[in-house]
Amino acid sequence: MSEGLLTRPRSTVCECAIRGFYIASLLAFFTTPLQSALAQAPPAPAGPSARFVVVLDAAHGGNDTGAQLANGKQEKALTLALSVRLRSLLGARGIQVVTTRESDAAIDSNRRAEIANHADAQACLSIHASESGGGIHIFMSSLAPKQPAHWAAWKTAQAAWVTRSTALAGEVNSALLHAGFNVTLGRTTLPAIDSMTCPAIAIEVAPERDANHGVTAELDDQDYQARIATALAAALVSWRSEAHQP
Amino acid sequence: MNLRQFMIPRYQAVILIVLLVASVAMGTGLWRLRETAHQRMIAGMDSAPTRAPQVAPEEQATLLVANDDDDSLIAQVHSLPLLDDPGSRARAVLGKLLDLYADPSSTHPVPGGAAAVAQVFLLPATGASAIATPAPSQAGRQIIRLDSAGNPIEKPRKPKDAAAANDMQGEEPLLAVVNLTGSFAASHPSGLEVETLTIQSICATLHANLPRVTAVRFLVDGQTRLTLAGHADLTRTYLAGDAIPNQ
Repeated sequence: MSEGLLTRPRSTVCECAIRGFYIASLLAFFTTPLQSALAQAPPAPAGPSARFVVVLDAAHGGNDTGAQLANGKQEKALTLALSVRLRSLLGARGIQVVTTRESDAAIDSNRRAEIANHADAQACLSIHASESGGGIHIFMSSLAPKQPAHWAAWKTAQAAWVTRSTALAGEVNSALLHAGFNVTLGRTTLPAIDSMTCPAIAIEVAPERDANHGVTAELDDQDYQARIATALAAALVSWRSEAHQP
Repeated sequence: MNLRQFMIPRYQAVILIVLLVASVAMGTGLWRLRETAHQRMIAGMDSAPTRAPQVAPEEQATLLVANDDDDSLIAQVHSLPLLDDPGSRARAVLGKLLDLYADPSSTHPVPGGAAAVAQVFLLPATGASAIATPAPSQAGRQIIRLDSAGNPIEKPRKPKDAAAANDMQGEEPLLAVVNLTGSFAASHPSGLEVETLTIQSICATLHANLPRVTAVRFLVDGQTRLTLAGHADLTRTYLAGDAIPNQ
């Protein structure tokens, strides 16, 4: 049998190769839409890994300005500023960072999730800002936890990661409380987060307020932003330590 | 003075008289047409009721009112005129909830008021649970219950009107489709927390007063909309029961 293959004329071998390439191309063509509709589920949500990647998703951008903030600022600009600041801090701590945007570009929620999923990250932070409430609001996906499956529906891919996302939210909550911030925890339905296959949370930054609801630090306050970024970086360093524990 | 020099030819005089008569005739005709149209309009605006107005007795309703300061829902009991029809009840309680939000001293300021709820449709929830997403619920928060005077209530009240609605309509779960106005969505503050709280409070209020409402969908001006104000997903079906925070 193998002898027959070896003695097959060169032209026949070439035809086989071309046919194989053709079949592979057809397969790739027909499975591409399937891949876009389905998110490949994680092999195992928990597990120590030497590689540690953080995805920073600065919400909004381009025509999508997000919320209108005080002093004429827009949410898209503030989230990008915070993302850049946090990326620098994490880079200085030896953490690999992938960002969904580095400029004022419009990116839809599916693309954001695709970037996060391709990065195979250990933590994904979607950064938002709002004038409502005070302090830092941490949100996890409201999807009910599910066991990881080989394929997961794109819109509910986060379900297999909700438990890890909750643990990440706890880590970030502890770091922010330790840094003296007023923190609230909640669940929400955010399309980008719900399609991510990594521990993912949304961080919404609001003005810092005192007990009488007076604003003590506006969102465009550089010192306030620096304190938030430092606390988040500390949380992610701690999360890395936990992820690398055997 | 010779008057003859001011006289016009006979044919011009005839034309002038004809035009004058025509003008008067047309003016009279227009006047009569206007009167006729006016009478027709008044007849059309006849506001005599064709159906006797329904006077609903006031009943107590539990509203889950959002609080932006601590990201919580506060249960308040208010007396509202509520009809027997579950759809009308749903619209009435949501209208009252959004009226509270439109108040300048609201803990969750959102403009719009009761007019922001265009319609509430109640449909059998068959199949809705298969695609439903749990409503954004709160993590580790206490629910505070107050009456309309602001006094704390010991035990959350099970609304009797909701139980009565159940008795009337059987136990089939319902899907509530809340049609909001475009102006409400356009003026809603943008933010994860504030949008999530609005959805959460609507779902929880509907479920608290109509326990058969197990799922909620949102439309804006009759159309599906991606988000409420840039954040909270409006394309999904929310499970209403999960919106009430754990106590």
